[in-house]
Formats: sequence, structure tokens, C-alpha cells
Amino acid sequence: MTELMQTFWFWAPFSAVVIAIVVTVNALLSVYMERKVSAWMQDRLGPMENGPHGILQTVIDAVKLLLKEDIIARGIDRPLFKLAPYIVFGASFAIFAVTPFADGHPAADLNVGIFFALAISAFVVAGIMMAGWSSNNKWSLYGAMRSVAQAVSYEVPISLVVLAVVMVSGSMSMQEICVSQAGGFWNWHGLSLHHNPFLVLGFLIYFIASLAEVNRTPFDLPEAESELVGGYHTEYSGMRFALFFLSEYANMLAVGMLATVLFLGGWQPLHPALGFIPGPLWLFGKAYGFVLLQMWIRMTLPRLRVDQLMHVCWKVLVPAAMGVLVLGGLWELLIG
Amino acid sequence: MQFAFGVVLVFLLMGLLIGIAAITFSSLLRPSKPTAQKLQVYECGELPTGTPWMQFNNRFYTVALVFLLFDVEVVFLFPWAVVFKSLGLFAFVEMFVFVGILALGLAYAWAKGDLDWVRSRRFLRPAAAVEKGQPA
Repeated sequence: MTELMQTFWFWAPFSAVVIAIVVTVNALLSVYMERKVSAWMQDRLGPMENGPHGILQTVIDAVKLLLKEDIIARGIDRPLFKLAPYIVFGASFAIFAVTPFADGHPAADLNVGIFFALAISAFVVAGIMMAGWSSNNKWSLYGAMRSVAQAVSYEVPISLVVLAVVMVSGSMSMQEICVSQAGGFWNWHGLSLHHNPFLVLGFLIYFIASLAEVNRTPFDLPEAESELVGGYHTEYSGMRFALFFLSEYANMLAVGMLATVLFLGGWQPLHPALGFIPGPLWLFGKAYGFVLLQMWIRMTLPRLRVDQLMHVCWKVLVPAAMGVLVLGGLWELLIG
Repeated sequence: MQFAFGVVLVFLLMGLLIGIAAITFSSLLRPSKPTAQKLQVYECGELPTGTPWMQFNNRFYTVALVFLLFDVEVVFLFPWAVVFKSLGLFAFVEMFVFVGILALGLAYAWAKGDLDWVRSRRFLRPAAAVEKGQPA
């Protein structure tokens, strides 16, 4: 890395712009991917009109959203209503600041990286509550209440298994968590039955809870169209709605990346012999594999009821995650 | 470390800037023709009745309370997890007691039926007992 690259005034804006491009392209690609994957699974064609195999469809959608009228209905709490999309988008964007993309320099190598990622994702919850409450709309409020209750509930098992990973890696820096899983896929926390088998269970818990955290099926109650219209963003239109949409897809990628860093070795290659393939390719490959899995599950499973949702979280995942933490610690102490 | 936190601050500002830029840019292009019907909040095409800012199920409050408990626990446990390997058995026992107390709390909420979204009847006080002023 050259001298100029290492100065703050170059590095900070440079990495922020790169991530901004990644987040935007990710949304365009993920929406296209979601349409094509669901079409393929349902034996349809999906978008085919704009560009070869409909590849420009999402670009055209983005232009449409840009040109849509921005309606702010009467009786809405305007300051909160306008602030909410910025908070939701800003928070989901900032998570990428601490994600390590390769060996060496992540955008910001915080020594409390994973803790920061958990903390900043809680801001999304605050933004959603603001959006739902300020909308002066019953659907929005119900959607927001459900969304917030779900997100905070499932944050508990996620934090507990993240704690177990931190305990085994001995660091909160996401870069060091990646480094601690070097040497091939049998050393990755999510797959290493011989290092600490409880983390494999932790990976399963993380996966289930992360689906709920980003409101994906079977936990997509906040966006149950048939009962709640649009959920917390019912009253939003045009670009403000687009920001919610953008951050939703950014969050999908973000939980995929966190799963990759915590349990699948981050940018580490599958086998040391494959080290010639650059780290970012590994990271994005694994994260998009995770996103694909989310889409597959969406096409496979029906939606849960709200009482089942709470049951799964508090009576299954939380006790299991506590077990992972305590037994994982015991294993580390006696065998690791 | 200031470097890293500075970068995070720039990221937060950048996130804000993208939002502002997108909405400002769109406001230059989009039409703006509000009408009385358009400015109504959506309620299935009917005129909205009542206010949405009303009382809601206090089950949400219980969930928030239990969440708060666990979130604070996790904040306390993070520093412990980082140095776990160098502290050994003593740290493990300490944490075991700490997590154990919280597990008891969870068990209490579970036994009281606060983790059930639809509360079963056996947790409700019988109406006759309420009238006589008997404790539940």
C-alpha cells in the first residue's frame, strides 16, 4: 500500500465510496437474483423484456422509483417520517465499515468490530419504529411493532452465539476472527467438529436467527402483505421507499458477510492450495451463497404465526444459545 | 484506533449523504401534484377511522423488558469473552454463575407464561378472586 493510500483523508472517503458502489450494485443484483431464482424454482421465466434475460429490469425499476412522486400524507409526524429512512439506511451502510474483505486492511479494523456491527444494526430497529409510529397509519404501526419485537428478540440468540465465537477466537476484531480460522475449511468455526463442536450448533442458531433479523421467510411477518399491506413502510413512496428497500438488501448481504466472517472463515480460501484466488472473491462468494440460501428458503417454507415466532426464539433458540456459550466454554477449557 | 473510528464516522456520514443525495436528486425530477385524496393515509381505500396512535398489546412491553435484560448481560460478557482463554477456570465459573442467574430469570418468565404470545387461561386470575380482593 502506498503512502497516500494510508493517509486518513484518502483512505476514509475512498473506502466509503467503494462500499457505496458495492451496496448499490448489490441491491440491483440481489433483486434480479431473487426474481430469477424464484422464477426458476417455480418453473417460470422471470423478467425477460429489458436487456438480455431481463438483466436491465432492476435498473429500470430504480429509475422508476427515482421518478415517482413523493407523497407525505396529512396527519403524519413529518420530522420523524423524513428522518427514519436515513437512519435505517445509514445504519445498514455503516456495518460494512468493519467487514474485512481480504488479508490486510478492512475499511476500519476496529478492535471491537463485531460488537460495533451488532450495536449499529440495532439502529435499524430504531429507524423502523420511527417509520411505523410517525406514519399515522394502523398498518405501519402494527408492522413496526411486530418488526421491532421480532428483531430485538432474535438479537438475543445472535449476540449469545457471537459471544461464543469471540470466546473461541479471543478477539472482537473481525479481521482477527478471520485469521483465527486459517488453514482450510476444517478450521472454520461453523464446520470444525474437532475444534469446538458447539460452534457448529451456534452456526445453525445464527443462521435461523439471522433470517428473522432481516425479516426473511419464514419470519417475514412484518411484511405479511395479506394481513399488513406493506408493514412499516406502507406510507412511504418514491425515493424514501427506495432507501428502505436498499437497506433491506444491504442487510441481507451484511448478515451473509457476518455469517461468513464468524463461521465460514471470511476471506480464507477453502483449502490453503486455493490461496491464489483473491480474498474478496472468497468473501463475496460465500456471502452470496448465504443470500442464495435465504432465497431458497423463502421459496420453500411457509410463514410462521406470531406466537410460533416468539416460541422459536425464547423457548428454543435462547436456551440453545446459552447452552452453546456455556458448553462451548467448558469444551474450550478442558479440550481446546 | 482513532484512525479506524474516524473511518467509521466517515461511513456514517456517507450513509447519510447517499440518502440525502438520492432524495434531493429525485426531487428535481419527480412530479409533485398533491390532491386531497392522495394525501389521505392508506386504510384499504376507505376513509381512515380513529387514530392509529392508540394502546397496543402490552405483550410487546414484556418482550422489550426481557430483551433489555439479556442485552445488558451480553454487554457485560463481551470483555469476559475476549480474555477468556487467559483467565481459565476461575473466569469460567464466574460466568457460569452470571449466566445461571439469567437463566433462572428466563425460567421464571417462562413459568409465569410471559413468553407465550397467547396467554393460557391458567395464568389469569379468576374473576371471583379479584372481586374478593384475594391475592393471585
